Amino acid sequence: MEAIRVEDLTKHFEGIVAVNQIRFEVKQGELFGLLGPNGAGKTTTINLLATLLKPTSGRAWVAGYDILTERNQVRRSIGIVFQDPALDVKLTGRENLEFHAMMYGYSKAERQIKIKEVLKLVDLEDKADLLVEKYSGGMKRRLEIARGLIHEPKVLFLDEPTLGLDAQTRRKIWEYIKKLNQEKKVTIILTTHYLEEADYLCQKVAIMDRGVIIAMDEPQKLKDMLGGDILSFELENNYYSGRWQEKLKNLPWVKSFSWENNSFSLTTELGERRIPEIMEMARQEGLAIKSVHLHKPSLEDVYLYFTGRKIRDEDGILETRNQRAKRLSWRR
Amino acid sequence: MISWTAVYVLWLREIKRFSRARSRVLGSLAMPIFFMVSLGLGLNQVALPGLERNIGYLSFLVPGIIGMSLLFSSAFAGLSVLWDKEFGFLKEIMVAPVNRLSIVIGRVTGGTSIVIFQAIIILLFSFFLGFKFPGLFFLGLAFIFMILISLTFLGLGLIFASLMKDMQGFSLVMNFVIFPLFLLSGALYPIRNLPTSIRFLAYFDPLTYGVDGLRWSLLQMSSFPWILDLSFMVLFSLIMLGLGAFLFERQEST
Ligand SMILES: Nc1ncnc2c1ncn2[C@@H]1O[C@H](COP(=O)(O)OP(=O)(O)OP(=O)(O)O)[C@@H](O)[C@H]1O
Ligand SMILES: [Mg+2]
Repeated sequence: MEAIRVEDLTKHFEGIVAVNQIRFEVKQGELFGLLGPNGAGKTTTINLLATLLKPTSGRAWVAGYDILTERNQVRRSIGIVFQDPALDVKLTGRENLEFHAMMYGYSKAERQIKIKEVLKLVDLEDKADLLVEKYSGGMKRRLEIARGLIHEPKVLFLDEPTLGLDAQTRRKIWEYIKKLNQEKKVTIILTTHYLEEADYLCQKVAIMDRGVIIAMDEPQKLKDMLGGDILSFELENNYYSGRWQEKLKNLPWVKSFSWENNSFSLTTELGERRIPEIMEMARQEGLAIKSVHLHKPSLEDVYLYFTGRKIRDEDGILETRNQRAKRLSWRR
Repeated sequence: MISWTAVYVLWLREIKRFSRARSRVLGSLAMPIFFMVSLGLGLNQVALPGLERNIGYLSFLVPGIIGMSLLFSSAFAGLSVLWDKEFGFLKEIMVAPVNRLSIVIGRVTGGTSIVIFQAIIILLFSFFLGFKFPGLFFLGLAFIFMILISLTFLGLGLIFASLMKDMQGFSLVMNFVIFPLFLLSGALYPIRNLPTSIRFLAYFDPLTYGVDGLRWSLLQMSSFPWILDLSFMVLFSLIMLGLGAFLFERQEST
C-alpha cells in the first residue's frame, strides 16, 4: 500500500483552477518533494490531503484512508507544518506545544520528554515560557516545526518548513527531517523553494506549475534528462576553424556543441573525465585555452527547464519560444 | 466519539487567553456596570409604564443588564473563531485527530465559563447597589437561564463565524444582529410598551425569553410563565448550537 495515492484530484476556487487533475503516488517511507513557482497549487494540494479543503473532484488516500469519507482516520495519521503561521500568539511557546501534544493524546510524562526534545532541536529552550507574540519571525517558524515533529505521524507534510530560517538552523532541521524519515520511517511530503533542500532531502520530486504536475522523478534522473554536464572552454584569442569544430562535434560522447568567438561549450556525461582529452586535442590544434568550467546540472537547471522561469519570480520571466517549446514537449 | 481531552484543552485555552487579556476582562465588565449605575440609579425614581409600583427601575434593569452582558460576551466568544481563522490557529485545531463536535464543545464550555463568570460579578455588583438577594432556589434557576442564554448566543456567534471568511463581518454582525437583539429583548423596558408590530419581532428574539426568565428568577415578575421561558430557551439553545456545530463542521478551514 502507498502512503499517498492521488487520482485526478482537482480544486477550483471561485473561477481559479488551483489544482487540476493531478495524479501521483508516494511510497511508504519516501521523502517526496513538491516544487513549483508561487501559485502552482502546492499548498492547496497539501490542504486537500490534510482534509482542510474539500476537493472539487477526484479522490485521494492518505495512509490508506479516503480523504473524503475517512477524514478522522486521515487526521490521526498525519502531521503538518503549515506554510502560514498557525500559532496561538497569546499563549507561550511551551503552552502551544503542550496543547498540541494533549490533542494528540500524549500523557503528561510523555509530553515532558517530547517537548524538551523538540525545544532543544529548534533551540528555543530559553524562550519556551515567553508569549509567542514576543517571538521573532524565525523563532515562530522554529516553534511550528517543533510542534509538527512532536507526534510522530505516519505521514508528515512540511509546507516550506525552512522558509526564513538562518543557514545553521536550516541544516539542523534538514538532519532531523532525514533522521525522522530514515529511523522512524515517516513518509514526508515537503514543499520548498530552496532547490538545494529538495536535492539534499528528497528521494523523488514532482514539479508543479499552474495546477498540474509537469515532471516527476528522482532528482538524479531528472538531471540526467538534461543530457549531462556542461563543459565550457574559454580561449585566449578569437579563433575559427570549421574543420576543428566538426571534429569536436563528431566525437561520439558529445551530445551538443556550441561555439562563440572565443569560447565553446559542449554537453556530455561525466564531464570531468573528458577535460584532459579536449585539452590534448586543443594543444595539437595549437589553441591556447584560458579557462575551463564544468557545470553539473542542478535541480535548479531541471526546474528552469520545466517551468521556464526562476523559482523566485512572482510571475516568471517571459519564456523564450525555445524554452517554451522544450517545456511543452516534456509535458507530453 | 467525543474526546474529553480535546474539550479540556480547548476549554483551558479559552480560560488562559481570557485571564491574560486584562483589557478584555475590564472592558466586558465596565459597559454593563456603567449601564447599571447610570440608567439604574438615574432612572430609579421614574415610574415606567408597565412596571409594578413596588419594583424600582434598578431592580427591573439588573436582569436585563445581565442578559445584555451574556448576549454580547457570548456572541463575541462564538465569533472569536474568526480570530483563529485570521491568525491561522484554526488550521491547527482542524487537523487535530478529534471530531468537530469535541472542538465545538470545548469552545462552548470555555466561552460559557467566562461569560458566566462575568455575569456573576455583575450580579454581585448589583447587590452592592441595593438589588435584593432572591434566595438560593431562585438563584439556581437564574443560573440555569444564564447558561441557556450563553449557549444560545455562543451558537449564534459560531453560526456567523462559520459562514464568514475573515474578520470583516465581525462589526457587521455586532451592529446589525446583536445590537437589535439586545434592544428588542425588553432588557431596558417592558416589551409590552412597544408598538404591536415591533413587539411581534421581539417574540422571535431569544433574549426576550432569556431576560424574562431571569426576571422571574431574580424578581418573580415576568411577562410569560417561567416554564414557557425555560422551554423556549432550551429549544433556542439546542437549535443554535446544533446549527453552529453543523456549519462549523462543514466549513473549509484554510
Ligand atoms: N482560499 C483560497 N481562495 C481562493 N483562491 C485561492 C485560495 N487558496 C489558494 N488560492 C489560489 O490557488 C492557487 C494556488 O495557490 P497555492 O497556495 O496552492 O499555491 P502554492 O503553490 O502553494 O504557492 P506558493 O509557492 O506561493 O506558496 C493560487 O492562484 C491562489 O491564488
Ligand atoms: Mg504554498
